[in-house]
Amino acid sequence: MTLSNSNVPIVRREALKNRLEQLTRMVEIRAVEERIQKLFAEGHVRGSTHLASGQEAVSVGIARSIDPDDIVTCTYRGHGHALALGVSPTAVIGEICGRVIGCAGGLGGSMHLVEPEVGLLPTAAIVGAGLPIACGAAMAARARGKDRIAVSIFGDGSANIGAFHESLNFAAIRKLPVVFVCENNLYGEYTRIQLSTPVEDIAIRAASYNMPGVVADGQDVDKVAEAMATAVARARRGGGPTLIEMKTYRYSGHSRSDPATYRPAGELDAWLKRDPIDILAERLAGEKILAPGGLDQLKADISDAVERATMEVLDSPAPDLGEILSHVGAHSAGGDQRWNFWSK
Amino acid sequence: MAKIWIRQAVLRALDDAMTDDPSVIVMGEDIAAAGGPFKVTEGLLATHGPERVIDTPISEMAFMGAAVGAAVCGLKPVVEMMFIEFIGVALDQLTTQAATMRYLSRGRLTTPLVVRASAGAGQGFGCQHSQMLDHWFRGTPGLKVAVTSNARTTYGLLRSAIEDPDPVVVLEPRVLYAEREEYEFDRNYRIPLGQAEIARPGSDVTLVTCGAMRRVALAAAETSHANIEVVDLLTLWPWDRRTVAESVVRTGRLVTLEEAPAGSGWGGDVVSSIAIEAFGRLKAPPHRITLPEAPVPYSGALEARFLPSPAYVAEQIATLVSTNKPPLPWWRNAA
Ligand SMILES: Cc1ncc(C[n+]2csc(CCOP(=O)(O)OP(=O)(O)O)c2C)c(N)n1
Ligand SMILES: [Mg+2]
Repeated sequence: MTLSNSNVPIVRREALKNRLEQLTRMVEIRAVEERIQKLFAEGHVRGSTHLASGQEAVSVGIARSIDPDDIVTCTYRGHGHALALGVSPTAVIGEICGRVIGCAGGLGGSMHLVEPEVGLLPTAAIVGAGLPIACGAAMAARARGKDRIAVSIFGDGSANIGAFHESLNFAAIRKLPVVFVCENNLYGEYTRIQLSTPVEDIAIRAASYNMPGVVADGQDVDKVAEAMATAVARARRGGGPTLIEMKTYRYSGHSRSDPATYRPAGELDAWLKRDPIDILAERLAGEKILAPGGLDQLKADISDAVERATMEVLDSPAPDLGEILSHVGAHSAGGDQRWNFWSK
Repeated sequence: MAKIWIRQAVLRALDDAMTDDPSVIVMGEDIAAAGGPFKVTEGLLATHGPERVIDTPISEMAFMGAAVGAAVCGLKPVVEMMFIEFIGVALDQLTTQAATMRYLSRGRLTTPLVVRASAGAGQGFGCQHSQMLDHWFRGTPGLKVAVTSNARTTYGLLRSAIEDPDPVVVLEPRVLYAEREEYEFDRNYRIPLGQAEIARPGSDVTLVTCGAMRRVALAAAETSHANIEVVDLLTLWPWDRRTVAESVVRTGRLVTLEEAPAGSGWGGDVVSSIAIEAFGRLKAPPHRITLPEAPVPYSGALEARFLPSPAYVAEQIATLVSTNKPPLPWWRNAA
């Protein structure tokens, strides 16, 4: 029915061209996040973990709009983005459980997902860290004569950190092929955006850097893709960067320890009525791509698949102790495994 | 005696300091309305009000720098950095601006501020949220650095840091926040900055440590055949040369236990200073127990191996004391 069965990142990525696969992937992201929450309760996840249930349309809308060799930087709230870009549920859950089959071999954890094969640099646990790095990736692409672009995904709270402003300015004066994507989910940790940020739309900050600032409906994957398409085309033809603000919402708290009691009553329910999975499912039903009752079947199938991936993870080993000292530098154990971004 | 969470010692120190001195303010992300990401500022907003207990945007450079300006002009800001790594985006304001204020104004302007942050490994937060990073501050002329190690030292060091006329970084091992300990608060209790303490007397070897490694050192000393004297440095800069030197003169052996790789650990300075000062009194070469030169691993078994355990420390010291030769670290033994 769909290609979600493949664990190969590039295959999973290419599959996103298919409409039904886009829905499948959003359902998969939701199912993985829910399973991770359970794994946390079961004691398989250490430290912290930041779920993105509710933000699936942003992830899939970005991933379907860019090429697999475009570069993406992203934050600790990155499970959904990694899955959308092509990282398999086994590699994501495996990483979060600290197993050798994780995408960083179990050395990184929930906040540090990575897959160069589909352009994903290690997700950063420091707010704002990914924006300057995306500028550099864009510089490298231009220096190499490729029409490759870079996308940086970050939150609304990150728009108050120096790296945001410096990167937008830097990208603008150098006309770098970067798409800055702000996921405005209304909160930075436990603080509502109005208490930290004097503008309602982050997108208007683009004006200071003389680049387009676009607000998009982050709950509608097609709207996300539409906004991306314009920005990506502009970047590829040398027109410079764009700032896109995706209006979205995280259903859970900031991290595993946060019950999100600071949210006004009814807010979550209102957002649940505009659930990104339901919105796309309804559209696909209208387009006769999804059969009646198809969403429930899809959810059941994906839930089974995620459960199988979870079992595979729990049956797999932790990394060898020798990995502690591997890949610190080129001289370290593990050898030089450099990914060649320019082979294609 | 009452049992308290160690995190309550932070809260109590801040609360008492704010009550005793109206110029003390606290700033940081989610520290006011939400009571702090680690719940160490809970209730401060209700007691001291929003002009003194301030939630900030995610703008470390702005609020770190604002603390510098406020300190110069008469307030005593206590800034929370949540995880010490976050000061990376604001370092200039502390290590270059605050640290040189007194010097450049020829003593006329000062920056009595405190940066406090959770630090260290052990809970699976991964390589960008698990470092001590004291070396970013230690050795910068104009800054002081202290590390807490239990409820009492948390209270005593924080109160002294807030009363200090110069900028102080206080690192609070995150693993300790949720530990319970017997402690009776005494609002007059202080630990002078620059003063170490002997956590356990012994005669065979001086084991110098700090922070979360204090517990590891004490546990190692319990099981060891060697009679280990544990010195908790408490302040890493300026550090208490006299207490360490006197101890080494008594025991004849020096070992440091550091939550840092050897290249950046404070033990390099301690060992070289004591080797120079007490060379003739040493029965064995000084030895350093450190982390390997690698980022902090996430996976549980790896992080457990990465950090020195009491058994490993006891074993290292047993080899040193019985052979008077420094043992190899585990990662070189395994190779
Ligand atoms: C420099 C820095 N400061 C603070 C933090 C702690 N922190 C982690 S996530 C977060 C909130 C970020 O909010 P936002 O940018 O809106 O992203 P969201 O979590 O909502 O996806 C904060 C303050 C950090 N990781 N790095
Ligand atoms: Mg947010």
